[in-house]
Amino acid sequence: MTELAATDPLPKPKRDIAPILLPVALAVVTIPLIGSPSTWLTLTAASLAMGMMIFIMASGLTLVFGLMDVLNFGHGAFIAVGAYVATLVLAPFAASVQADSLWVNLAVLAPAALLSMAVSGALGLIVERVLILPVYGQHLKQILMTTGGLIVAEQTLYALWGPQIIPTPLPTSLRGSFIIGDVAIAKYRVLATLIGLAVFIAIQLVLNRTKLGLLIRAGVENREMVEALGYRIRRLFLGVFMTGSALAGLGGVMWALYREQVHASMSDDLTVLIFIVVIIGGLGSIGGCFIGAILVAMVANYGGFLVPKLALVSNILLMVAILMWRPRGLYAVTSR
Amino acid sequence: MTDLLKLSGVHTHIGRYHILQGIDLSVAQGQTTMLLGRNGAGKTTTLRTIMGLWQASRGEISLAGERIESRTTPDIARLGVGYVPESMAVFSDLTVKENLVLAARDGPLDDSQLEWIFGFFPALRRFWLSRAGSLSGGQKQMLSIARAIIEPRKLLLIDEPTKGLAPAIVVALIECLKEIKRKGATILLVEQNFFAARELGDNVLVMDNGTIVHRGDMAALASDVPLQERLLGLSLETHQ
Amino acid sequence: MMILSGDPPKSRVLTLVLIVIILALAATPFLFPGAKALNVAAKICVFAALVASYDLLLGYTGSVSFAHTMFYGIGSYAIAIALYGMGPNWAAIATGIVAGLPLAALLALAIGLFSLRVAAIFFAMITLAVASAFQVLASQLSWLTGGEDGRSFQLPELLRPGTILISKSLFGFEVNGRILTYYLVFATSAVMILALLRVVNSPFGRVLQAIRENRFRAEALGFRTVFHLTYANCLAALVAAGAGILNALWLRYAGPDTSLSFSIMLDILLMVVIGGMGTIYGAIIGAAIFILAQNYLQSLMGVASKAASEAGLPLLPGLLHPDRWLLWLGLLFIASVYFFPTGVVGRLRNAGAKKAGGVSH
Ligand SMILES: Nc1ncnc2c1ncn2[C@@H]1O[C@H](COP(=O)(O)OP(=O)(O)OP(=O)(O)O)[C@@H](O)[C@H]1O
Ligand SMILES: [Mg+2]
Repeated sequence: MTELAATDPLPKPKRDIAPILLPVALAVVTIPLIGSPSTWLTLTAASLAMGMMIFIMASGLTLVFGLMDVLNFGHGAFIAVGAYVATLVLAPFAASVQADSLWVNLAVLAPAALLSMAVSGALGLIVERVLILPVYGQHLKQILMTTGGLIVAEQTLYALWGPQIIPTPLPTSLRGSFIIGDVAIAKYRVLATLIGLAVFIAIQLVLNRTKLGLLIRAGVENREMVEALGYRIRRLFLGVFMTGSALAGLGGVMWALYREQVHASMSDDLTVLIFIVVIIGGLGSIGGCFIGAILVAMVANYGGFLVPKLALVSNILLMVAILMWRPRGLYAVTSR
Repeated sequence: MTDLLKLSGVHTHIGRYHILQGIDLSVAQGQTTMLLGRNGAGKTTTLRTIMGLWQASRGEISLAGERIESRTTPDIARLGVGYVPESMAVFSDLTVKENLVLAARDGPLDDSQLEWIFGFFPALRRFWLSRAGSLSGGQKQMLSIARAIIEPRKLLLIDEPTKGLAPAIVVALIECLKEIKRKGATILLVEQNFFAARELGDNVLVMDNGTIVHRGDMAALASDVPLQERLLGLSLETHQ
Repeated sequence: MMILSGDPPKSRVLTLVLIVIILALAATPFLFPGAKALNVAAKICVFAALVASYDLLLGYTGSVSFAHTMFYGIGSYAIAIALYGMGPNWAAIATGIVAGLPLAALLALAIGLFSLRVAAIFFAMITLAVASAFQVLASQLSWLTGGEDGRSFQLPELLRPGTILISKSLFGFEVNGRILTYYLVFATSAVMILALLRVVNSPFGRVLQAIRENRFRAEALGFRTVFHLTYANCLAALVAAGAGILNALWLRYAGPDTSLSFSIMLDILLMVVIGGMGTIYGAIIGAAIFILAQNYLQSLMGVASKAASEAGLPLLPGLLHPDRWLLWLGLLFIASVYFFPTGVVGRLRNAGAKKAGGVSH
């Protein structure tokens, strides 16, 4: 038998690391601009924490688009729902939240977060069946339907909880900062960063080490071929959609604690932010989403410190700059 | 000889366009049936309709006696149909190994089957852990075919495997397909390359404008130059 | 038919409904006394033009923009800032128009060129991001825009309610500056809608529809889709800014709630969908239905909510509270997209076509 083209040189798989260097470069460049190393460290820690929370919220959106070509404009609703549901646990157990013991605090936080994820995930199931399935494959209607869904969800939250802001104080043991030399890093930010990293690593492990993950990645690239290999991708998609919704809910809880308040309109501001993140990252790319989230958070924190006036439009400027460089985002996953 | 696959009166619409206009064909068990025809004749659409990737708007499709025209693509694949699309559709972000792991739907990769495939596609062994996206066109085609035969399938649908490949590679690929034939596979093979068609086909179907315009023996067509010219607008002599 | 650019409503019922709406709007100052009726009528005029311009984008090019209120707001704020800063004179109005319209067009050009250069799928998301940044910007630049309070201003003498043009003793109706302003709004809206009708029925409009049907095909046919889409984007922005100018003139005020908020964007979307996408006429019907409902049904909700709370029903009072208007809009929106995608105009035209088909058989 002929050595079929085995002698063809195999092009080295090129690792595209420029996007990864971007946040690093941004962090390095700002050191002299900010001047004080301790301020810089604090800002960097803040960026990482904020970036991780945004990543958790945005990851589901980008995966859902990548896998099924569905643009869910209502993704922000899961964030708000998650935050509100958490108050159902946090408010009645306010005493445990106030208790000065990490374990007691966690004993309330963990169930609150789990409940939020469960409710957001379940809501994801409903949204997928009711709003997305009927207009499957029609972008225009998808955008319209899910925008309608966002409004309905937001207004239902108002109807159920009222228009007032609900305070969600941080548990006592998570207040305050770790002081290292003259650098103060808020404890909650460390926790948020760790959770975000854990979620990122977990997603990467699933995507790269399990057959389920292989299927998702293959589905992102070519849905039809995955079906032609005999896999029922609709079910897979529903699973990813629910997971993404649940993650958005988790992000909502974390954001609520970070801001120490919950409000139904939080989904509006965050929707814009996560859209910018997934656009920057390249629709469908988890790695791009991760880097994009950190970049957005860095621009918000460093920018807010250096040129507060620009803070309002800094995200847009960042987006414009990145799309000028790469019109499909940092990592263009699909050919869509 | 029994028919494994049978289409009768199949029509397919894509959007507003009426592409397949009443296809009747059958593919005999254990044989290789060639599907020839001009560009745009509807060959790919026929395969996609069998695979359930387009919905037949009318007509019947049966596989081993079971009606499949209203089944979903995954269900059709699970009945034992392997598909090698025109675009090859390897998952370029996944490694060669991962592509085959996914293709082996029912369980872990079978070593003896792998060795058999490596026997005629040695490049796949060499680039086992490389990203499929970095393979050459010919290597991608091998991977795409390997995906379809990594587990035993009742029927293989292969769409223009020689498209865009260098002549030497085409020759090698034909040898591989012959090897797969020898294992007793039933194949419906779309080809533009008449040389390849003549080498591989037992039976032949010629399509034009969404219908079958000729069916018969491959050997008969291969020796009937005027018929080739009439059906395909080419003759073997000029094309070789 | 010249004035309709050869694109008549194509349904007898539809024609009738349109005529009724237009006559009612034209005669509102005389038929329905009171400030509320006139306000509602003016709002219908303004929104009919605004929604028609949005239809040019959504219905004819198939692209969802969330930045339409931004252009509307630019028009509103331009006129408000000019009249506030320069005093109530015609030069200020001219300045507002000369500043507002080009600004809107330029911004639309920038967004169009930028977001169409990158992946087309980003368009909706980018417009949303830009619009929300603009909203924040408008509320932060309070020295210019008046922040959350917005800008109130006076109109030139001629357009004020106190200016009596034709006294009551003459025809039994008083025609004052307010009524003149109303007709200014009415006429300008009508002209803009007719202009849009002309645009969509021009060769350019047909290219847009070809792009909507299949962008790649249109490109393959040699149309420069980026140019066409950007041009449509600019035209829509111009008309939206024009509608914003009318709105501010009518209200003698521009502020975030009346000209920039996201809920206006939602109203526009709803009006387009209810009226019928890709028909222009749908804008008039959608605006009329929606604004009438908004003004007269919303107060009914209050009554229902009170009744429910007096009856001691759980949840319902909260859900029916007039503040929850948006909730019902959202539900209505989803239902319309799902069950009623061609809108009122599409339905009426289909019904007409079916009947006509039945007769010819
Ligand atoms: N997605 C589609 N939308 C509209 N028309 C299509 C689509 N796919 C195929 N067609 C049309 O259907 C007809 C048949 O196409 P098909 O791909 O089946 O031809 P083919 O015989 O495989 O041609 P080739 O030899 O070039 O691969 C062509 O006229 C083609 O333009
Ligand atoms: Mg083909």
